[in-house]
Amino acid sequence: MSAPLTSLDRPNSYIGRALPRPNAKRLLAGRGRYVSDLKLPRMLYAAFLRSPHAHAKIVSIKIDEACAREGVHLVATGADLAKICTPWTGTLDHFKGMTSAPQLPLPLDRVVWAGQAVVAVVAESRAIAEDALELIEVDYEDLPVVVDIDGARKADGPLVNPGSANNTCFRSQLDSGVVDDAFAHAAHVVEEEFSFGRHTAVTLEPRAIIADYDPSAGMLTVHHGTQTPYQFQDLYSRHYNIPEARVRVIATDIGGSFGMKLHVYHEDMAVVGLSILLGRPVKYVADRMESFVSDIHARDHRVRARVALDAKGEILAMDVLDLTAIGAFSTYPRTSVVEGNQVIRLIGAPYRFKNYRATLEVIFQNKVQTSQYRAVGHPIACAVTERLVDMAASKLGLDPFAIRAQNVIPDDAYPQTSPTGYRFEALSHQACLKRLHEMMGYDALRAEQADLRKRGIYRGIGIAAFVEITNPSPAFYGVGGARISSQDGAILSLTPSGEVRCLISVTEQGQGTEAIISQIVADQLGLAQECVKVITGDTEVTPHGGATWACRGAGIGGETALQATRALKRNILEIAALILQEQPSALDILDGEIVDASTRNPRLPIAEIARIAYFRSDTLPPGTQAQLTVSHHFAPQGYPFAFTNGIQGCSLEVDVETGFIKLLKHFIVEDCGRVINPMLVDEQLRGGIVQGLGAALFEECRYSDTGQLMNGSLADYLVPMPMEMPDIVIAHVETPTADTELGAKGVGEAGTAAASACVLNAVNDAIAPFDATISSIPITPAKVLKALKRF
Amino acid sequence: MDLGETAVKAKAFSYFRAATIDQALDAHARAGDDARFIAGGQSLVPALSLRLQAPRLLIDITHIGELRGVRREGDALRIGALTRHCEMLSEPLIAEFAPLLHAAAPFVAHPAIRNRGTFGGSVALADPASEFPAMTLALDAEIEIAGLSGRRRVKADDFFIDLFETALEPGELITAVYVPLFRADQRFAFDELARRRGDYALVGCGMLATCTGERIDDIRISFFSVGNTPTRVKGVEATLIGARLDAERIAAAQGALEGDLAPPEGDEVPPSMRLHLARVLLGRLLGRLGEGA
Repeated sequence: MSAPLTSLDRPNSYIGRALPRPNAKRLLAGRGRYVSDLKLPRMLYAAFLRSPHAHAKIVSIKIDEACAREGVHLVATGADLAKICTPWTGTLDHFKGMTSAPQLPLPLDRVVWAGQAVVAVVAESRAIAEDALELIEVDYEDLPVVVDIDGARKADGPLVNPGSANNTCFRSQLDSGVVDDAFAHAAHVVEEEFSFGRHTAVTLEPRAIIADYDPSAGMLTVHHGTQTPYQFQDLYSRHYNIPEARVRVIATDIGGSFGMKLHVYHEDMAVVGLSILLGRPVKYVADRMESFVSDIHARDHRVRARVALDAKGEILAMDVLDLTAIGAFSTYPRTSVVEGNQVIRLIGAPYRFKNYRATLEVIFQNKVQTSQYRAVGHPIACAVTERLVDMAASKLGLDPFAIRAQNVIPDDAYPQTSPTGYRFEALSHQACLKRLHEMMGYDALRAEQADLRKRGIYRGIGIAAFVEITNPSPAFYGVGGARISSQDGAILSLTPSGEVRCLISVTEQGQGTEAIISQIVADQLGLAQECVKVITGDTEVTPHGGATWACRGAGIGGETALQATRALKRNILEIAALILQEQPSALDILDGEIVDASTRNPRLPIAEIARIAYFRSDTLPPGTQAQLTVSHHFAPQGYPFAFTNGIQGCSLEVDVETGFIKLLKHFIVEDCGRVINPMLVDEQLRGGIVQGLGAALFEECRYSDTGQLMNGSLADYLVPMPMEMPDIVIAHVETPTADTELGAKGVGEAGTAAASACVLNAVNDAIAPFDATISSIPITPAKVLKALKRF
Repeated sequence: MDLGETAVKAKAFSYFRAATIDQALDAHARAGDDARFIAGGQSLVPALSLRLQAPRLLIDITHIGELRGVRREGDALRIGALTRHCEMLSEPLIAEFAPLLHAAAPFVAHPAIRNRGTFGGSVALADPASEFPAMTLALDAEIEIAGLSGRRRVKADDFFIDLFETALEPGELITAVYVPLFRADQRFAFDELARRRGDYALVGCGMLATCTGERIDDIRISFFSVGNTPTRVKGVEATLIGARLDAERIAAAQGALEGDLAPPEGDEVPPSMRLHLARVLLGRLLGRLGEGA
């Protein structure tokens, strides 16, 4: 463990303490206020007619009967909304050469995936709106459908965007060192083709939005279940031409997001337009089936990769081709190429080889868009790398731990730059490997595996090292022209009673952002945590900032809070010094009291400073203006990203007759730098791992060859459930970043990053006696039985 | 009800709470059969929300006393149609006299669904992936049906006709299921292969055997999730009657399965895989049965 930021034995030392989230009780008690719960006066409800075709021309739309239905206030088509909403394009400048067609809330003349919203109805209830949908007639003319990666890449095959030369959205190539030479002289080469199915977020609360346009004030208020209220304030302002100061986005409690709720959705944009057209609040909550066909999906990659090694098992080079299909558009405003970009840049990241080549091809198809979802690209990069490392180990007769120990970048060799251009400040692969080996009881597990195998029980042990991207700087989106902030802002006030209100731009999605911010503020000011009120998620109240995504809340938001608090403390001590006729440096704050800095003897309660400053300023020396509200912004400088690292391990059992996999135990050693609240960090890791295990074994959006989603319900799309989840054992190594005072990096995606790779390795380990291999995720019973040639 | 609630998406319908079977049947007829009986609503309510069904009238049968209760009637156990899935777990008469149903119950979905879903509703829907309809076949149960023309009883063997199609005529209602009492010379076994606990199984099976010592005098084996209806495997049964359950006999029974099952093309599970899983499951269950289950 690193040295604590503040002495843990004094009062108010909250950084590094396991404390429950203050808002957890409220949510558990059913007192949350989700957008789904909200009901505004005069509110109407929207529903959408969706395309049954994956690709078709819209010949005509008949809405007369729907308009005439009692209780219906508006039926709007693409043309109606195009009059008031400017189109958007999901490209960024730093992805050179990428293309994507302009998008509108509802299509004008062509649908490009099955489930795309085509016509909107606004009515006095959702049920009436649904009734009206049944009265709308849309005449379609089928167009050829692009479904899979091969079909999309076929010369002279159908095109998602007629008129374009091909279905390519983006191509990128990385080449560093001497790759061909390394492969030519390698003692060993292992190669595999991997596939990763599409999956989706499946948040407990679906997407929910209420747009409330007041024409008399020219003011748009949007209650939006989103991670990024500031981004949406900017977008609604620009695309509906409303001054930014007259757009307010309120992100209330939100029932899960995982990256899914920070993208522009056609229905959400439409709802804003519908409210403008009607001058009334309009609500839309996606139902579960709509979520499956309209929320972003993720993954959908096919990766061919090979690795070259010398005779001793030293990795010399990697060569990678990643093909990924993203749907009919690139998502706005963050694009759909970030995942592929991160795949090719994260492959091989834990290891010290220098010869690397990768090609990324991002392809359009007639499916719903893919985009950023928890651990963007990481699980793919990790599974490809770690499976190849295991294959190499088995070819060379090395233990999986040994080959990794031999190849990881040594802990004392930092800083390092990866062959893909990532700059690592300080990682701890060696320490994590060592810790995992002990924690798993690795040697005993191997012995047990050998014993059980003799009795026909096939257990597998898998490990997977990973590197995670956190705390992104403007290099992530800003340089590409996206108006997505990488800085955060906080406004801190000492209240007249001596408590603190903290308005901060990072947002809360249940992961405990508000809890850790209050810990940091209370710790740095010297106040009890319950005296700090943290307010998030309202663009009219909280300062503009990046909000919460890409594991930036603790690292960037936390540092913002820390620096803001130190500024407020200086101001408080200045006033205290005037009152006490001392130098500010001779004073400190402890447990809500101004104390003598050297003796810690209490001098005056902080509440008394506030009382005097707010109500008896006449007693302060002339010319004194107490500044008990401070605002502070912080943008990361130094390293463009704060990389974290860790390693996961798992033990599982494969029933070789049924292909069923039972997860027995999962382990993680993780290094997210300074741990602010160990309990919340562990929750993040567990939740992330479970999501990764879902991807490994269960979750996949399956499509027919006509582009229809086959399993768009929770009966058919399997999410991980408690009965199938193993115990998860957690340990930490702490390597704080020196880029900030706080030293915190992100942790929300680490669990997801390597869980599926770990399971893939363990399953392959279990079925190794049968000379069977699997290289496709999710690992279903069908794939296991096929690999074992059981049917 | 506040129609402004976003959750309410079903087409508007009328609701009638029946106090007696006759009232329920009568209401159905008066609605011109554009009506559905509702008890637990575990399948009907989602279908309404998805607008896959939009009847004019819902007839609530949950307050009809005659449809409730589990009791012995002669050589049979009468299980009222409104008996909830959770009661299959808690009711001592079920555990004693219909232990196969007791064994199958924990596999039926999750506690929240078991608290509402009814036995009669499950049998009436005849979902080919459901546990209970298939078990009525293994148990040689009789299904009691009420209609405007009176009561009748149909053997489970004759009840399941095709996908979601049963011997029930429009407007008819299941009132109870009669299950022969479990005897000391009988053995049973149940299991299913589901990817997650509580899911629809990839394949499931229950069996009830009558034995003299180790010899099987009679056996009924029923599979679910293998086709359009719950399916008895009579060819397999024939290989087992009069035999002892040794490894060779179990292998023979597994071999006969192909003649009894013809699983349809599935989106994720090809027919050959389902047949393979059915064979594995059959082998394991017969193994357990041989050990006394």
